[in-house]
Amino acid sequence: MNLKRKSILLAGIFLAFNATAWTAVAQENVIRLATTTSTDNSGLLRQLLPVFEQTYGITVHTIVGGTGRALNHARSGDVDVILVHAREAELKLIEEGFGVSRNEVMYNEFVIVGPGDNSAGIESGDGLGGALTKVSAAGALFISRGDDSGTHKKELSLWQDAGIVPDGTWYREVGQGMGKALQIADQLGAYTMSDKGTWLFTKNRLLSLKLLLEGASDGRNVYSAIAVNPEKHSNVNYASAGLLVEWLQSPQARELIANYKIGGETLFYPVATSEQ
Amino acid sequence: MEDSLIQASINAFKLLFSGDRELWEIIGISFLVSFRAILFITPFAVIVAFALAYGNFPGRRVLITIVNSMVALPAVVVGLLLYIMLYNAGPFGGWRLLFTQTAMIIGQMILAFPILVAMVHVSLRSIDLVAWETARTLGANTARAMFTIIREVRFGLIAAIVTGFGRVVSEVGCSIMVGGNILHHTRNIPTAIALETSKGDFEQGIALGAVLIFLALLLNFTVSAFRGRDRASY
Repeated sequence: MNLKRKSILLAGIFLAFNATAWTAVAQENVIRLATTTSTDNSGLLRQLLPVFEQTYGITVHTIVGGTGRALNHARSGDVDVILVHAREAELKLIEEGFGVSRNEVMYNEFVIVGPGDNSAGIESGDGLGGALTKVSAAGALFISRGDDSGTHKKELSLWQDAGIVPDGTWYREVGQGMGKALQIADQLGAYTMSDKGTWLFTKNRLLSLKLLLEGASDGRNVYSAIAVNPEKHSNVNYASAGLLVEWLQSPQARELIANYKIGGETLFYPVATSEQ
Repeated sequence: MEDSLIQASINAFKLLFSGDRELWEIIGISFLVSFRAILFITPFAVIVAFALAYGNFPGRRVLITIVNSMVALPAVVVGLLLYIMLYNAGPFGGWRLLFTQTAMIIGQMILAFPILVAMVHVSLRSIDLVAWETARTLGANTARAMFTIIREVRFGLIAAIVTGFGRVVSEVGCSIMVGGNILHHTRNIPTAIALETSKGDFEQGIALGAVLIFLALLLNFTVSAFRGRDRASY
């Protein structure tokens, strides 16, 4: 009967799809890297990772979210390695035994951006903390990431150091990535704090936002690679994750990082081995 | 601003037709994942719809109401529940399914299931219960009788499949949570649009959005063409 033939055909398609779905993944050496929006959205990882993948025959699956999310993925063993920027939280992860070691890979800086009229009067000599104090004193609109990312953690620590509890209609938590937060600040004529890389990558698409403070003494923003401890999670691919951590500090990776530029400006600077 | 919108749209279509590898890969992943989800869940949904339409068991009406309510199930809720199930500390963490296409397929199956059941159920109710009983009394076994009825309601079934596919191919909440939006692997059309928009890069978003809209039109025109031809043949 025709119907029977159709059913067999359908079953065949069904099985074929199944087979291709699972065999392809099983043989690859895959590691999962949880990282922040700044390293991925800026395009840096697209320069770095293919070189690593080709050299070692390891496929890297990148999961992008805030540093807080990446740390949670590491804690639950859902990823093999993380590249994040929140020193205190990283040290805590290692202390808890979930991370093997903290390996500084690169750095840039946090900057303050805001509306062209700069109603809060931020000057180049202000530190980040000083700038935020001015914003809160002026009651100027401020966009906070509000997503437990590295930038958000840094911002919160700055408020705390300044003895300010950011609260009120001027302070808006958006719970989004850096690119989105910059767009929102741009549209609302608000201040925000950004890592320099994402700012450089995004600024041409923004209408009115201006860079108001850079080179602040308290603005250093360090990214570290941490492999997830196989003693806590036996299912992680530590062998390959360790290779990535090692490679990210290699001369080859450092040269790629140093040479990655947008519009002639360097986004990230490799950490010299002696600095560690 | 209007200029930049027009420019972005023009660039979007250039990108589409230049055969941009990454763009077409994203489109491919979207189709493959959603197609599999619908393929796997449809037989199960049809059986459940049959049970709800022709079965005689306690709680049947309650189940129908539950299924009808689940049609509006938010994708993010499915994503959250599935994430809790599949992440490494969850009950099925050992399966290592988080951030895989399989997890996306499971999520989309859950989302499509109530839509398929509800729509197929309505189709089945629209034909006379006598047809089912006649088929059974004429000696057809359950499977045979089901195939006979399915032939009767094939357009209802196709409409359900198209609607279900439309739902899952365009959902972003669940895919981004359990898929992780991994390039070359679990980045599909909706998650890519979400990402590109967050970067302020609208061209790829517009190109991918155009593909989704074109697909919706194509599917619905195909269904109505079939239906028209069928009516003409009577």
